[in-house]
This record gives sequence, structure tokens and C-alpha cells, in this order.
Amino acid sequence: MGYEISLLTFMGISIIGSLSLNLITGFCGQVSLGHVAFVGIGAYTASILTKADTPFFVALLAGMLLAGSFGVMVGLASLRVRHDFLAITTMGVNFVFLGVVRQQEWLGGELGVSSIPDPGLGKLGFLALVLGCVILVALLSLQIRRSWMGYVFVAVSGDEDTARMLGLDVSRYKLIAFALGTALAGLSGGLYAHHVRFIFPDSFAFVESITLLAMVVIGGNGSILGVIVASALLSVLPQWFQFIGDYKLLLYGSLLFVVMRFSPGGLAGLAKNIFPKSKIYFALKENQ
Amino acid sequence: MLYLELFLQGLLQGSIYALIAVGLTLVYGLLRILHVAHAGLYTLGGYFGVLVFNSTGSLMLSGIVAMFGVGILGVIIYRLCYEAILDQPPYVPLIASIGLFIAMEELYRILFGSYGISYTNPPLQQMLPLGGMYLREGEWVTILVSIILIGSLAWLSIRTRLGLAWRATVTDPQMAESFGIDPIRVRYFNFFIGSALAGTAGMIVGILNNLVEPTMGSVPSYKALAIIVLGGLGSVRGTLVAALMLGVVESFGTIYLGNVLNRDAIAFVFLILVLMVRPQGMFRGV
Repeated sequence: MGYEISLLTFMGISIIGSLSLNLITGFCGQVSLGHVAFVGIGAYTASILTKADTPFFVALLAGMLLAGSFGVMVGLASLRVRHDFLAITTMGVNFVFLGVVRQQEWLGGELGVSSIPDPGLGKLGFLALVLGCVILVALLSLQIRRSWMGYVFVAVSGDEDTARMLGLDVSRYKLIAFALGTALAGLSGGLYAHHVRFIFPDSFAFVESITLLAMVVIGGNGSILGVIVASALLSVLPQWFQFIGDYKLLLYGSLLFVVMRFSPGGLAGLAKNIFPKSKIYFALKENQ
Repeated sequence: MLYLELFLQGLLQGSIYALIAVGLTLVYGLLRILHVAHAGLYTLGGYFGVLVFNSTGSLMLSGIVAMFGVGILGVIIYRLCYEAILDQPPYVPLIASIGLFIAMEELYRILFGSYGISYTNPPLQQMLPLGGMYLREGEWVTILVSIILIGSLAWLSIRTRLGLAWRATVTDPQMAESFGIDPIRVRYFNFFIGSALAGTAGMIVGILNNLVEPTMGSVPSYKALAIIVLGGLGSVRGTLVAALMLGVVESFGTIYLGNVLNRDAIAFVFLILVLMVRPQGMFRGV
């Protein structure tokens, strides 16, 4: 039982992470290749605070705040650079985060932060907390998509210049997308740190950013249900693949490639093609 | 003296970066794809070099195999992987390319072992003097090969009909096509040249380090992306300048910033700083 609970918790944390990226990349159209840096900021902040005897929820909140404020900084960069330039800049943010963390003694350097205190909720309680957060984040995403802000996001991701010409405050909404998305990434980081209770720089390496982006893109960029299904699958897939051991990453890489090559719309696009008029279509409908 | 030595080491590293990044910028200029799997071809060049040299002992032959073999494979990758998804949003080929790169690295690990292969009889290891310093033969060859290859690339694109067709397609694909240029052939050519350069770079690095390992492409792959963005995405001249500059900045940075940032982060701090001042990169691209 313990293993299944731990796996479900991990799955929930991945879903929060990918939904948070979906806000930035799926809704607002700003491709971010360094999202795990914000997960990392949340994880480090929360774990260092709880190690200094701060209550768990306060630490979690602090992690969100710090990740969100760094997110706004990257958001400011996104006002300056666009498209592929922005993608590479966010990738740079990931490498800079790693480069800084690795060299800081007080952050544990290469060894990371270990023996992070138990939040004291029990395994089931923690799972309930994580699942609660998943539901909240999913509802928030739905709410945003139906709101005025959601429509502005669609406009920005479609054509930024036209949106600006229509009198929309593009800069403001981009910053909001980054602030929200990265703060939620910080939340998933704080939860992750207190789930595994041991973090080190490699937990937030560039390949993890790709994993998050892959969850969003394989699910169908912008589709909430698609992203949830894809992250649930992709987060447990490596566990199922244990039996093929050595070939795990080979299969993972090929899967990314094959999905993009043959169904660029991801799972949502696939469902749309298979069931063109059914309910599933409406549930998975992309926001564009 | 130390400064001069650091500067020279930086230029050396920079010329290797240049060989990798030029192929990437050619692909971007023509197709707007961020071709991460390019670094997988670079690693393959290293393997071709070491495998052929160890079995035949001819440096010339292994160079030719690394160059042409990898070049042809680059064309195959374009044909099988990118051609069908060119009209998708840019993140689709990007993710596909990253997936391909992960799969390639794993394939090398499974085929050739995770510890890497060394040259049984390492070539080009003699030290030759330059002023008061000594450089290895391999390092001389690196500098010479980069100058020759990039020089002939410039000659090809300026002086030949093929180069003319190529530049025309980059500038305006539709117009070029209506003048009778076959865009498919231009793309094949583009991938062949870019991949051949990467394969050569892989072989050179294999000789310099006397080790070819499956993961030798991971750092160059992302750093080369930083370089082509610095150079203005699609501008070959910009890429060359950015590659050499990054080599020098890194070699000084590791000495003076080593305890704050590691070597790989320096490249990206430099990138972010430059982009904040000049969002379009150092040179105007396509």
C-alpha cells in the first residue's frame, strides 16, 4: 500500500507542476524551457524554512512567493525577447539556477538538502493534501480559461501584436501568467521536497524541465484534461518501465519523438481525430 | 602571459563551438527549427572517428567517414523526422528534436557502452612551440580545420551557383522556387553541410580529450543553442563571432567567477545579459 500511496502523491505533484506550466505555455503561448528552476526555488525555500522550524504551510507559502517573484523577473524578460529567443532564455534560467545552487555551501552544494522534516500529516494525509491542491489548481485553470483573462491569453498566444492593437494590455497579462504559473510551480516544489524529504541540484536538471514541457505538449498544449492525463501517465511510466531497466530513457525519448512526429496536437489532438463529434471532443477541446 | 594563454584556450574552445553551432544556425535560418539532435550527430562523429581509426589506423579515412557518414545521416534525420512537421508551431519540432536527442544518447550508450571509447594509439599528441607556449598538434589541427572548413563554406555560399540558390532560398523561399530552385534539394544540402561540420567537430573533440562517451553531446547541444541565439538566430557571421566570444568569456570566467558559478552557467548568464540589451542577438538574423 505504501508504494501505491507514494506513487499517487508523486503523480499529483507532477500534475501540479505541468498544470502550472500549462498556464504559461498552453494558455498564454510563452514557451518556457526552464520551468523546473521555479519548482527548485520552491523546493529549496520550503525545505530550508522547515528545517529552521517554520510551520510547514508557512514554508510552502514562502516557497510559492519566492518562486513567483523570480517568475515575474523572467516575465519581464519575456516582454523584451520573444518566441525562440524566449525559449532559449528560459532554458538559460534553468542552467543559471543549477549553476548557482551547485556552488552555494548554505544550499548544500552538490549534496543538496537532506533530512527535511516530516510535515506530520501521515502518508495518507499528505496524499490528501496533494490531491486537494491538484483539484484546486485544475479548478483555477478552468476558471482562468473561462474568464476575461483567459480570452486575453488566447489572443496573446495567437498573435501578440494584434492583441496589443486591440488595446489589450499584453505586458500585464504576460506578467500575470508568469507570476501565477511560477508560484504554482513553487507549490509543487515545496510539496515535492516534503514528499521525498531529500533534494539535490540534479532533481532540478534541465531534463526535468523537458519532462514537464513534454507532459504539457503530449497532453495537448492548453488542454487541461489532456495535460492531467499525460502527466499522470508520464510520471508513472518510468516506474512501469522498471522491467526494461536499461532501455528506459531510450523508450522515453522515442515516445516524445513519436508523439510529436505523428500527433503534434498531443493526446487532445488525437482524441479529436478519433472522436470528432463526441463529448470527449468537447472535454478535450483545445482553447484555440 | 596568463592572459594570452587563457585567450588562446578560449579561441580554441570557441572554434569547436563554431563548428557545431554553424550547422545549427544553417538549419534555423532555412527552416526555423531549433535542431537539438544536432549534438547527437556531433557525438556520432566522435564515435565514427575513434572506431574507424582504431580499426584501420588511418586518420584521413576516419576523418572522411566522420564527415560524410554524419552528413548523410543528417539528411536522413531531416527526411524522416522534420519534413512532416515543418508547418507545426515551433515547439513541436523542438520537443521532437529533444526526444530524438535523448533516444540517440541512450542508443550510443547501449551500443558502445557507458564508459566511452579511447584511441588505442592516440594521434596528434606531440607538443609544438608557439612563442613561449606549447600547443598540442591536435590543437593546431583544430584551429586549422575550423579555418579551412568555415572558409570553404564561405566560398561555397558566395562563389558557387549552389550557394547562390541556397542564399536565395533562405531569403525568400517562394521567390526562389519560382525561379526554378528546388527547395527540397537545398534543404538536403543544408542538412548535409551542417551535420558534416558537427561530425568533424565531434571527431576533433574525441581526439583532443582522447575519449568519446555517449553524453559528450549534452553540454554542447544546449550551449550551441545559446550561441546561435547570441549570434542573432540564422546569421552565420553572428554565430561565428558569438562562438569565439563565448569561448573566451568562458575561459576567463572559469578563472575569475569559478567559485560563484560553474562553467556552463557562465554561458547562459552571458546570454541573458546580452539578450536584455539586444533582444535580437548581437547581429541581425533572418
